[in-house]
Amino acid sequence: MEDAKQLEAFEAKIAAGQKIEPKDWMPEAYRKQLVRMMSQHAHSEIVGMLPEGNWITRAPSLRRKAILLAKVQDEAGHGLYLYSAVETLGVDRTELLKQLHNGTAKYSSIFNYPTLSWADIGAIGWLVDGAAIMNQTALARGSYGPYSRAMVRICKEESFHNRQGYEIMMTLAQGTPEQKALAQDALNRWWWPAVMMLGPSDDQSPNTDQLMRWKVKMESNDAIRERFIDRTVPQAEFIGLSVPDKDMKFNKETGHYTHGPINWDEFFQVIKGNGPCNANRLKARADADKNGAWVREAAMAYAAKQMKEKEVA
Amino acid sequence: MSQDSQWPVWEVFLQANPGISHKHVGNVHAADAEMAIQNARDVYTRRSEGISIWVVPANAIAASSPEDQGAFFEPSNDKPYRHPTFYKIPDGVKYL
Repeated sequence: MEDAKQLEAFEAKIAAGQKIEPKDWMPEAYRKQLVRMMSQHAHSEIVGMLPEGNWITRAPSLRRKAILLAKVQDEAGHGLYLYSAVETLGVDRTELLKQLHNGTAKYSSIFNYPTLSWADIGAIGWLVDGAAIMNQTALARGSYGPYSRAMVRICKEESFHNRQGYEIMMTLAQGTPEQKALAQDALNRWWWPAVMMLGPSDDQSPNTDQLMRWKVKMESNDAIRERFIDRTVPQAEFIGLSVPDKDMKFNKETGHYTHGPINWDEFFQVIKGNGPCNANRLKARADADKNGAWVREAAMAYAAKQMKEKEVA
Repeated sequence: MSQDSQWPVWEVFLQANPGISHKHVGNVHAADAEMAIQNARDVYTRRSEGISIWVVPANAIAASSPEDQGAFFEPSNDKPYRHPTFYKIPDGVKYL
């Protein structure tokens, strides 16, 4: 009975546009869904550093290198904001990392693809960060205070990522025929994974009604995907590249592009762990955690020693 | 036995400009105060968002509870006489 009343108050608060804060009452299903989404999001930021980190030492100029370093550092920051936000729901970071390393928690499917050429760094900033911004701008209006605030901050920072990626693609597309071919090849390989990273189509995405009412999800996957495609296709055309979808057509009546069929089988295979780099990414994360353990322990021991000396003095 | 942890949590307060108060911006994990300040700098001021940082161990913060919000803050609700607009002053009176 108490629960029904609390649920009513909770839903009224959300309907009125107020945020839910960590100590407020919330239904268990709301808490669980948020922990799942936010931790997946945090892990994506951290694992997302790997494909780009791969090119830091090989960036074609000092300018590009400094920019890529700053971008990868931002991703680390985003991971930290998000882990903090998940911790407000009572799950600590040690537990979250354990779930990532043992495979019970997921991260975005897109980071299981390899970065084969420098142009891939352009494609990631332009397409992957571009798609992420579409999703995150929606999430910034969500009901959970700490998540929404983290999203606002992240969105502000992501627009630099998006633009630097497009600039890399534009420079290559205006370069030699070989450079332009590199850019087109990167677009060919990253286009569909980027379109898919916004999640399964609406008829395959369960529980959406309740999540929408609770403002955990703000828009359906297909709606966000449509916006991403509508904005990105003209950006490709502007620099003389074309998206690898022969069915892509602008529909004058709806004002939107219609796209060809999406290979969802590939998406679910990658989610299941069968993408080109899943094992590699998880191993890199687990190794970093294991190899860093002595540093974390030493820092704690040093802090304890300093504290003791302070007490004696 | 392993003592591994992700380090204690420190809440971070940032002063954006001189003359204004420090504002809570989030938290960081760190082994000690010095590391917490450095981590806070890297996590929260990558774009010159601040000129001063305070860090406080998260477990040192006590907070009022949301369930008691109504009763707890109620005493100030029935005291409109604490606001200057409560008092009616004739139009001709100046500087009041």
